[in-house]
Amino acid sequence: MEIFDQKEARSRKITKYILIGLSVLFIAVMLILPLASVIVNSLREGVDYYFKALSTDYVTSALVVTFIATVIAVAVNTVFGLVASWVITKFDFKGKNVLSTLIDIPFSISPVIAGLAFIMTFGRLGWASEIIDSINSALGTDIQIVFAIPGVVLATIFVTFPFVSREIVPVLNTVGKDEEEAASILGAGGFKIFRKITFPHIKWALVYGIILCTARALGEFGAVHALSKTRGGTFTLPLEIDALYMSGSADSITAAFAVSSLLVLIAVAVLIVRNVFEFRTKSKNRKGK
Amino acid sequence: MKKQIISIALAAVVGAASLVGCSSGNSNKDGKVSITNVSYDPTRELYQEYNKLFEKHYKEEHGKDIELVQSHGGSGSQARSVIEGSDADVVTLALAHDITLIEEAGLINEGWIDEFDLQSSPYTSTIVFLVRKGNPKKIKDWDDLTKKGVEIINPDPKSSGGACWNFLAAWKYALDKNNNDENKAKEFVKALYKNVTVMDSGARGATTTFVENGQGDVLVAWENEAINSVAEYPDQYEIVTPSISILAQPSVAIVDKNAEKDGSTEAAKEYLEYLYSDEAQEIIGENGYRPTNETILNKFSDTFDLNVSLCKIDDFGGWDAAYEKFFNDGAIFDEIYGN
Amino acid sequence: MALFKRNKQVRVIPGFKLTLGITIALLSLLVLIPLASVLVYSFKLSPSEFWKLITASNVLNAFATSIVCALIAALINSVFGLILAWVLVKYDFPGKRILDGLIELPFALPTAVAGITLSKMYSDTGFPGSFFSSIGLDISYTKIGIVIALIFIGIPFTVRAVQPVLEKLDNQYEEAAYILGSSRRRTFRKVIFPELFPSLLTGFGLALARGIGEYGSVIYISGNSAKDNTQVVSYVIMQKLERMDYASATAIALVLLIISFVLLFVINIIQIRRSRRISVR
Repeated sequence: MEIFDQKEARSRKITKYILIGLSVLFIAVMLILPLASVIVNSLREGVDYYFKALSTDYVTSALVVTFIATVIAVAVNTVFGLVASWVITKFDFKGKNVLSTLIDIPFSISPVIAGLAFIMTFGRLGWASEIIDSINSALGTDIQIVFAIPGVVLATIFVTFPFVSREIVPVLNTVGKDEEEAASILGAGGFKIFRKITFPHIKWALVYGIILCTARALGEFGAVHALSKTRGGTFTLPLEIDALYMSGSADSITAAFAVSSLLVLIAVAVLIVRNVFEFRTKSKNRKGK
Repeated sequence: MKKQIISIALAAVVGAASLVGCSSGNSNKDGKVSITNVSYDPTRELYQEYNKLFEKHYKEEHGKDIELVQSHGGSGSQARSVIEGSDADVVTLALAHDITLIEEAGLINEGWIDEFDLQSSPYTSTIVFLVRKGNPKKIKDWDDLTKKGVEIINPDPKSSGGACWNFLAAWKYALDKNNNDENKAKEFVKALYKNVTVMDSGARGATTTFVENGQGDVLVAWENEAINSVAEYPDQYEIVTPSISILAQPSVAIVDKNAEKDGSTEAAKEYLEYLYSDEAQEIIGENGYRPTNETILNKFSDTFDLNVSLCKIDDFGGWDAAYEKFFNDGAIFDEIYGN
Repeated sequence: MALFKRNKQVRVIPGFKLTLGITIALLSLLVLIPLASVLVYSFKLSPSEFWKLITASNVLNAFATSIVCALIAALINSVFGLILAWVLVKYDFPGKRILDGLIELPFALPTAVAGITLSKMYSDTGFPGSFFSSIGLDISYTKIGIVIALIFIGIPFTVRAVQPVLEKLDNQYEEAAYILGSSRRRTFRKVIFPELFPSLLTGFGLALARGIGEYGSVIYISGNSAKDNTQVVSYVIMQKLERMDYASATAIALVLLIISFVLLFVINIIQIRRSRRISVR
């Protein structure tokens, strides 16, 4: 910064503090205040009540369902994200723009439509319900998609579908594909190219995408709401929160905030883990240089 | 070669993921009879207590355990979920109309309304006003709601079953007052809905807006919701019963197709029949619903205003006619409210 | 360089068919086929019926409300997204990493919880709602409330779109411009902003697209009044569904789907153009 003379440096400093001030104010009002409001509301009936509210059978079951849905959604979307971003960034083909736009659709679509989509496919009115019925009668099974756990999982996958690929694609676009092309000409196989050349570039984008995907999967409400109706069976944590909130009495609303605070804490923990990792790697890189 | 290995590996991951997704859907069946009761929002506490009672009763009668699963939500969306494939054995919904829709989808046999006593409604409720303690705006009856400066919290009849009852009760009051002049009644409800400041999508949301967020002067609400709110906050609210209200008859029915499939028809029938027993009627009264058993109803005369004049949905020609006339797109509600 | 360009059509890098196949298979199974099942219902309508359903006054009002509120929120988010990204990239100060981590919070907080909390905070009994209502500004149950909810859910999009580009942008540009005698404002306008603009537009577009379809965080704070035009599109879809009016619900859903597709398509083209420019350089 010695490049700037004193006057310029001071003026830059003032701008800096104004901008930092604005940012902190914005984050405080828009993000921290709601967070604090959740925590304060969750402790309104005291700490004992807080833990009691978290240890009901409903909450435990919701925690398990949320966990299952999140793990599967993250696994599927990670695989998909890696494959799709490879296709989109390493090759030129007709309809590429359309393909990448279609992948992004779940990102912006109203979750109400997402839930409806699965009901219209697998529900009693949907065309696939007959197929499932015939499978069930042939095998003697009782597979149900919507209003059961598979529906919850599918809806969760749907809403978080583009999260991993969205993070990787821009990075790979910036990196270009010269290195991979060179490696390929020199005779390296696809997986080796990916491992040795591509992966180091996208490591952080991938971690970041997985984190976003996890966070969003944990918190999805609208889409799951449409096709999960049994409390203590197929409810996820956000649905349990809604159920508690809708029971109307003052202490159940506190319980709703208590469960919310659980999700907030998980989210904050995930974000901290990511931050620590990122920081470590960055400083390691710096040392390496 | 390597390419194929990756492809197999990828396929395996995807396959495994989707397999886990499907297999976890199977509920373990250990021969225990299980009944899923799909109901609407406010009955959550009622059925929590009733289910305990029925579990005990069933054990005494049959020497077996029974598993009872509850599902709650807006009455309309619950009916929709049954039509769309949710595995309900019995439905206990806010409006007979919602059950008729399930019947039309072919899941409930015709004539369900006469399967149980009293048009298959073991309990009733009505529409009352919840006001802030001391009734600062002096709200006594429906016409006080049209006064300037009164802020009303009332859910949206286009999305909430409960809100339809509210509208019809107000309409009936206006008709009686104006010698059945429909134009005057329109003027009246128009003035009333002009005072509605927050229109939530459901009855529960409206209660929260009024009670938790402190909006408005009066909440037009289910009687049982209002009773619960007063029980929760005895120093903050009171109930005003208008001179005319409507007899809300929540209805119950067996979802025949699903129950037959699950082999639970008998148990489902017992489950709904037992709602009329004295023990169940007591619980119903304790939860703020009007028991249909006269003797038990009179026991709760402190809780319920038994002098209110109640009109019935039949006065409007039944639900189908009422929907057509008032709530369909372009019908009277749209005419008087905004659109 | 030239050699590779010419060889592009040959596709030097392996795995094209395999990865394209997996991508399309998963995309179709998990996203496109379910969505198509919705749309099949709206295709059953004749064009005139369809037109009538989506031009009903409450539907049009809802579209207007959703689009206008999402536009305002996305604009505000672009401004603050730029400031936040700038502060996070260019400056060092205590608590910076906490600030950075908090940006994702709106993703992690369930939208329903956000909606409940915000409507409580900004109603005239909450904080800071009581302050605003004392100066005569009602937030909960008005369009301002909708905008606030959409700012909340949209802020990560703009920050995270701008941040990586800003990180890559070397300080040397700025310093060089300064040495060459350019004022800071001019440097920003002529050197930095043009570099950031595409990504800012991307963030804006994403926040807009998300805002137009938003449901959970909005319905609690909006008041959902047809009279005050505070019903959003998702609410109207839900309203139609509750009445089992699948025709209207799917028709509105189709329009919403087209809007998001177009928005995202434009965003993708911007992104691809930008990356071409960068890699050419």
